[in-house]
Amino acid sequence: MKPFEYIVEIHGPAVFRYLSGRVGPDRAEDCFQETMLAALRGYDEVREPKAVKSWLFTIATRKSIDAYRQAGREPTPDGSVEGSPDRSGLANPGAGDIWSLVGELPGKQAMAVELRYRAGLTHREVGQVMEISESAARRNVFEGLKSLREGAGSWT
Amino acid sequence: MSKNATKKVEAALEAGNESTPKDWGRIRDDLTKQAGTKGLIDVAYEIHESPFGPLVVSATKAGLVRVALSVENEGAVLEDLAQRISGRILKTDRPQITKARVQLDQYFEGKRKKFRLKLDWQLVHGFQREVLAATKEIPYGATRSYTDMAVEAGSPKAVRAAGSALATNPLPIVVPCHRVLKSDGRVGSYLGGSSMKKELLEMERAGVSA
Repeated sequence: MKPFEYIVEIHGPAVFRYLSGRVGPDRAEDCFQETMLAALRGYDEVREPKAVKSWLFTIATRKSIDAYRQAGREPTPDGSVEGSPDRSGLANPGAGDIWSLVGELPGKQAMAVELRYRAGLTHREVGQVMEISESAARRNVFEGLKSLREGAGSWT
Repeated sequence: MSKNATKKVEAALEAGNESTPKDWGRIRDDLTKQAGTKGLIDVAYEIHESPFGPLVVSATKAGLVRVALSVENEGAVLEDLAQRISGRILKTDRPQITKARVQLDQYFEGKRKKFRLKLDWQLVHGFQREVLAATKEIPYGATRSYTDMAVEAGSPKAVRAAGSALATNPLPIVVPCHRVLKSDGRVGSYLGGSSMKKELLEMERAGVSA
């Protein structure tokens, strides 16, 4: 296993970016600290070094849902969240408003796209975090990209 | 959908993903601080600059557990600690480490003859423990032979085992394995290189005669 210091170094920035997208920049920092402290607490129970990344993003996803609950916004039964979080403060140089379009995708597609492109997970890892198959993860990413492409006029 | 258009969407989604989040250094420091307050750090470490290159100085809650010389690969040292103690390792100063760093500096300046630090011996077992416990008592400026150490550890015939116990000392400098020489007086090997061993011994000899 890698020392946790290296986990923070390697995956920390992506976890932070992912959470910024999920809960908005204002709540991202608290959510990030909670995620990483929970990960540190349970780190010695992780047996498979290759599973660390999807395990970490599973915790981050859970914490982001908690953050919504605390804010009084109920997540839908599939774990996604109604409405799009505030992404106004997010810096995505050259990306225009594409991430605000991601927020308007159906919950599962938005989550799959965020895990794939903000967190940099493979389709397999996206599936592990969302508790769906790899091919279902791939389909959600694909459908998401398709909608984004159709709405491309508003951001290119 | 066409491949090109998809690529364009993907590129837009990936843009900015390589950049470090704003305030990342502070966010990371906060995390380490909170982890410390909550008692979640099993091993803390710092990189300490010394005249012999950077040392990895690490401590558990019980005390100093590992000092790694610059020839050892930092990543390998930490992965070994993760394996043998716990993966809950963060880079941060804690009192045990600060104290060790101050005393190491004083030692390298020739101003300290004895380390007064709490040691965590959990990486050392059995015969090696006996050998290193005896090694710790060798006075500044003095030397012993591998045979002496085997005798002191209670197994006069285990000279070779005493040698390997010293070669894998997890606390070099603090537990002065550099003070153990070959029976014929030759310096013998040292993880940090025999020239480092010679320099330490010369510095100590000068300090004793001064």
